[in-house]
Amino acid sequence: MQAFTSHTGIGVPLRRSNVDTDQIIPAEYLKRVTRTGFEDGLFAAWRKDESFILNQGPYAEGSVLVAGPDFGTGSSREHAVWALMNYGFRVVISSRFADIFRGNSGKQGLLTAVASQDDIELIWKYLENSPGAEITVDLGSRTITAGEIVAPFEVDEYTRWRLLEGLDDIGLTMRHEANITEYEQNRPTFKPLVINA
Amino acid sequence: MGRTVAEKIWADHVVRSVEGEPDILYIDLHLIHEVTSPQAFDGLRLAGRPVRRPDLTLATEDHNVPTTPGPITDPVSLTQVETLRTNCAEFGVTIYPMGDAEQGIVHVVGPQLGLTQPGMTIVCGDSHTSTHGAFGALAFGIGTSEVEHVLATQTLPLKPFKTMAINVEGHLAEGVTAKDIILAVIAKIGTGGGQGYVLEYRGAAIEELSMEARMTVCNMSIEAGARAGLIAPDQITFDYLQGRDHAPTGADWDAAVAYWSTLRTDDDATFDEVVEIDANSLTPFVTWGTNPGQGAPLNASVPDPALIPDENEARAAEAALAYMGLTAGTPLREIAVDTVFVGSCTNGRIEDLRAAAAIVKGRKVADSVRMLVVPGSARVRLQAESEGLDEVFRAAGAEWRLPGCSMCLGMNPDQLAPGERSASTSNRNFEGRQGKGGRTHLVSPLVAAATAIRGTLSSPADLD
Repeated sequence: MQAFTSHTGIGVPLRRSNVDTDQIIPAEYLKRVTRTGFEDGLFAAWRKDESFILNQGPYAEGSVLVAGPDFGTGSSREHAVWALMNYGFRVVISSRFADIFRGNSGKQGLLTAVASQDDIELIWKYLENSPGAEITVDLGSRTITAGEIVAPFEVDEYTRWRLLEGLDDIGLTMRHEANITEYEQNRPTFKPLVINA
Repeated sequence: MGRTVAEKIWADHVVRSVEGEPDILYIDLHLIHEVTSPQAFDGLRLAGRPVRRPDLTLATEDHNVPTTPGPITDPVSLTQVETLRTNCAEFGVTIYPMGDAEQGIVHVVGPQLGLTQPGMTIVCGDSHTSTHGAFGALAFGIGTSEVEHVLATQTLPLKPFKTMAINVEGHLAEGVTAKDIILAVIAKIGTGGGQGYVLEYRGAAIEELSMEARMTVCNMSIEAGARAGLIAPDQITFDYLQGRDHAPTGADWDAAVAYWSTLRTDDDATFDEVVEIDANSLTPFVTWGTNPGQGAPLNASVPDPALIPDENEARAAEAALAYMGLTAGTPLREIAVDTVFVGSCTNGRIEDLRAAAAIVKGRKVADSVRMLVVPGSARVRLQAESEGLDEVFRAAGAEWRLPGCSMCLGMNPDQLAPGERSASTSNRNFEGRQGKGGRTHLVSPLVAAATAIRGTLSSPADLD
């Protein structure tokens, strides 16, 4: 995973709450067996509408998505994270993320920054008044800078550390393989096996 | 201090726990399907890692499979299914492919085989894994990176969750079902209300539910934002399990029941949050909007966004009504549908099919409606056919299909056309979920069946 320290890019104000993963990428786009090429499916239904934010001039080049509350609800599809990243997004800002989406993002190096809805309203106004304006999201200081606005954001400490270091979860867990083996030796015999050995 | 069921299961699966880091939890059962696994297997191959416990891993084909006889015609769907088969063969994972007697929707297959048992940790790259919580298991959906992690290590690094009790006291009236309970819960706490929590459904109305009805409730925990929802195991759970293919036998059965019986929330345990639902007051519930929290009793009318105090919710309701083609104030009972879908991991089990069949028996599906009945698994289909339910549905004018996820998410050819409206026993009414431009009303199997007959959203009582 690529390490994440700070990112500056065009901010995209997405004034919608409850953006579910079916909207981020509809099921028909989930049939690929690779992790790339999902950018075409990103917000596929909404992008057909000319007035959709990603069809508006400089926003199309955005890399910091600023969304309403409850972003990433619904299906567990990690394709939603791949679609955002394949398109070019490195950060999503919202006042609340769905648990599975937030977890998936952390594994892929997409930063989910939790900011207050009041600050998000301010950032929305700023971005709408200055299309194409850049936002800086700094993971070290946990701040979002958008013009004159400097807003704090939250991200859990462990995910922050992993992102800053660019560490791979499986590698981290495999350091403790002896613990796993020991646990397995003590599992009750009544636990089911798919293959009856 | 006392502990909740979820906390007990968590504690029994901790492989490693260190301050400041997530706990590493052991996973007892890993279910996989074709959509969320190919990139995970690819990751293993790239890193040269094997599947650590193929004997705790089971694959089935469900999302892409057609529900009419014949092969998969969409080449991209076919590639995905064939990739799963190749991966399972290469890594030694058991798979139930299309046409196999054990094939079906992953969340129907696990329980019916007896692989889903109390006190287990169960994961799948599918958010409706919460279904298995009905057995008193800690079961939740994961992303593809986590699928790879479990394949490689049989564990997951996880941060502790909060606990929420959903107390459903009282008793359900006739015609009111598990689906109505969970839709009412989601409408009450919202689609984000359960975020960060494991829900425990409790109370008389929950204890009185069958295992299949409990699965319906736990299935939709994710629609309230909760990764997992569970119900403490009891005699109903044990009776369901005894004799199933993978249930323990002999001394193991006794040891298992002794352990399972400890999986009750202690009297002195505290939940981080408590929600009360009065089962006596529940009536058939339907959704009117584009997220599962936008629902109301069938007796109500389409709400007026102008009367919703929260600005974000009001805006969401306005957008939802525009998408759904609905006008505030219209009685929900007057909404006409084109399609009725009975099936999915929420309501595609034998009891659901029996309930729907009992309503359509001797009646005719309205001329303006097509009704699809899709069993949740090959076993459910055979059971239904042995009871003659297929004939009941066909005689009423409904289509009797082969098992799969089908129109719940339309990855196979079963989709709504733009502007078409469905009453669906599935779990998500998101924009475009059942097909581009399709409009979905989530309902129980009883409401689905009655709606098919009358052509507008209806409960069985409306047929008398």
